[in-house]
Amino acid sequence: MSIEPTSKDFKGNAHRALNDPNLQKAMGFVRVGFIEKRAVAAAGLPEFEALRDSAREIKDHTLAHLDLYIEQYEKKVVEAGGTLHFARDAAEAREHILAICKAANAKIVTKGKSMIAEEIGINAHLEANGMTPVETDLGEYIIQLRGEIPSHIIAPAVHVTQDQVEADFRRVHTHLDPKRDLTEPASLLGEARAVLRDRFLTADVGITGANFLIAETGTSVIVTNEGNGDLTQILPRVHIVLASIEKLTPTLEDVSQILRVLARSATGQEMSVYTTFSTGPRRPGDPDGPEEYHVVLLDNGRSSMLGGAFEEMLRCIRCGACMNHCPVYHAVGGHAYGWVYPGPMGAVLTPSLVGVDKAGHLPNASTFCGRCESVCPMRIPLPRMMRHWREREFERNLAPAVARSGLGLWAFLARRPKLYALATRAAIWGMGRLGAKKGRFASLPLAGGWTKYRDLAAPEGETFQARWKRERGGR
Amino acid sequence: MTSARDDILAGIRRSLGVSGSERIRRQAVEERIERAPRGVIPARGQLDAAGRADLFRARAEAVQATVEVLSRPDLVPLAVASYLRVNNLPAAVRIGADPYLVAMPWENTAVEVNHGRSDGHDLTSVSHATAGVAETGTLVLTSGETNPTTLNFLPDNHVVVLRSADIAGDYEAVWARLRKAHGKGTLPRTVNFITGPSRSADIEQKLLLGAHGPRKLHIVLVENG
Repeated sequence: MSIEPTSKDFKGNAHRALNDPNLQKAMGFVRVGFIEKRAVAAAGLPEFEALRDSAREIKDHTLAHLDLYIEQYEKKVVEAGGTLHFARDAAEAREHILAICKAANAKIVTKGKSMIAEEIGINAHLEANGMTPVETDLGEYIIQLRGEIPSHIIAPAVHVTQDQVEADFRRVHTHLDPKRDLTEPASLLGEARAVLRDRFLTADVGITGANFLIAETGTSVIVTNEGNGDLTQILPRVHIVLASIEKLTPTLEDVSQILRVLARSATGQEMSVYTTFSTGPRRPGDPDGPEEYHVVLLDNGRSSMLGGAFEEMLRCIRCGACMNHCPVYHAVGGHAYGWVYPGPMGAVLTPSLVGVDKAGHLPNASTFCGRCESVCPMRIPLPRMMRHWREREFERNLAPAVARSGLGLWAFLARRPKLYALATRAAIWGMGRLGAKKGRFASLPLAGGWTKYRDLAAPEGETFQARWKRERGGR
Repeated sequence: MTSARDDILAGIRRSLGVSGSERIRRQAVEERIERAPRGVIPARGQLDAAGRADLFRARAEAVQATVEVLSRPDLVPLAVASYLRVNNLPAAVRIGADPYLVAMPWENTAVEVNHGRSDGHDLTSVSHATAGVAETGTLVLTSGETNPTTLNFLPDNHVVVLRSADIAGDYEAVWARLRKAHGKGTLPRTVNFITGPSRSADIEQKLLLGAHGPRKLHIVLVENG
């Protein structure tokens, strides 16, 4: 019941996205907000670049010893009175969660923001079993009302305009006065706060994700701004942490290093408002906190990424900086990527998790401008890994026939410099003659994708190589 | 059938090309957990006590917390009473049972003081922070018998009392202190790092305060005692 990827239809998805005025309006806010805030935050901390190196080293060390850190973490979770459930894949994770919820006689299940919950499609599974999952992060709540998946990993409703939120609230909150004023974002937030407050207080089980799992202490860490994750994990009788294996981090000090680059890269804050460290269930004498504390630890394909070309992707801390800085993401938004993880990190991770046959198009959704890698706090070489996927897609004959034969022809010529020079000279000469009058082409065979949206400038009759030879050849 | 646990660990070991019993790897893990190396510590928080208090205040105010400084703890109840009055709030607070707060002369004010966890009906709570971190104006609150976590999230207004002497330069200094108090490898059930009042920018990237947690965060710094 996980979401079926539509990544194969990236081209169609992107085309629809480019023609969606609401989406284009909403994406305008992404282009300006995140980039400047991150730049200011990074510049404000002289040690920022050194901390990026430190964070990378911590994760590399952890991944190289992941089996042992998981064992250590397990020991500490059990010592603190918690229960650790291992899940090989999405289906096993769903079954663990359902079993815990059933044992707790759960009717309402509140949820903090979790990308893993999206990855395993837990909401649909709980609903199918008669329970009511309630998203409590404002952005997640909005998209749950709309029946959508997140379009951004930290700002899930970034594709939705304020007017759309107002329409959704009016459609769903029918118990409220239809004439109420919702023209201000603050009134929308106030309404969500009031509606969800009641859910927090009546929920039987709370599910959160985790930004980190700490081996030293058996602790789960969530990082949020709204406080919804905390209300989700302290109010219900049962707390379930849903996290994947690469969230392991050795010590409290190691987490502190990564925290210094996380919020700065994500939202440009120095620290998110709430960073919460939870260890086991409530202790004897504690006036509040959950009575049961469960961790569902998910693999779902990650263990096979270790030791291979995509291992470095497991350093990702889900800050969203790569998509905030990606011109392709800016243009088409997150839904075009067709699965849970969008943007450059999604273009690398999705083929690893769902298969290159289902998501091979995504690594092509890149201009290779390199901004993603330049801002990645964990220094993940995203463009290089997208190139890896392109090679694998080509090797496995998954690329379209036109692209394959075109590339084949180009490769044939490129290996024969004299023939290449001759062919290009002839083509440029011909195009120069044909386009000499207007100086541009409004349409051109084999280049319809280009000329449909803009003219192609006509060459002036000489190739670059020929001109180089003529002007600089004497030196 | 093998268990999911064993399968996952075996899968990790297969990918890494290890058996899991290599002494050198086990030592590396034990040593890292034992030593807990501190990594890169920003210079910004490495100041004397007065410098740390100033930086803490500046960073907290930069994230929309309000800060007032008192010279002694016995002045806190009057300051809280005045905060409630100025903000048009009912003269009632919930304070858990923290001994530092309970020992204050609340009887000198007309403020009604309730104890224990919050059920969501309190407008204002008062907590005692275990520590502050100058680097980012962050408060550190720890749960326990006398410090309910619900007070940090349910009320609309959160007043946090922090002794200046408890302001550290960086997070790592706080971990060192907590280890001393609770033992190596053990934490209080909940440790909350709080940096400003609750907020959301989920609607068109516009920053709004008071999403699900407190709308206002007021920090009372006590200089002596």
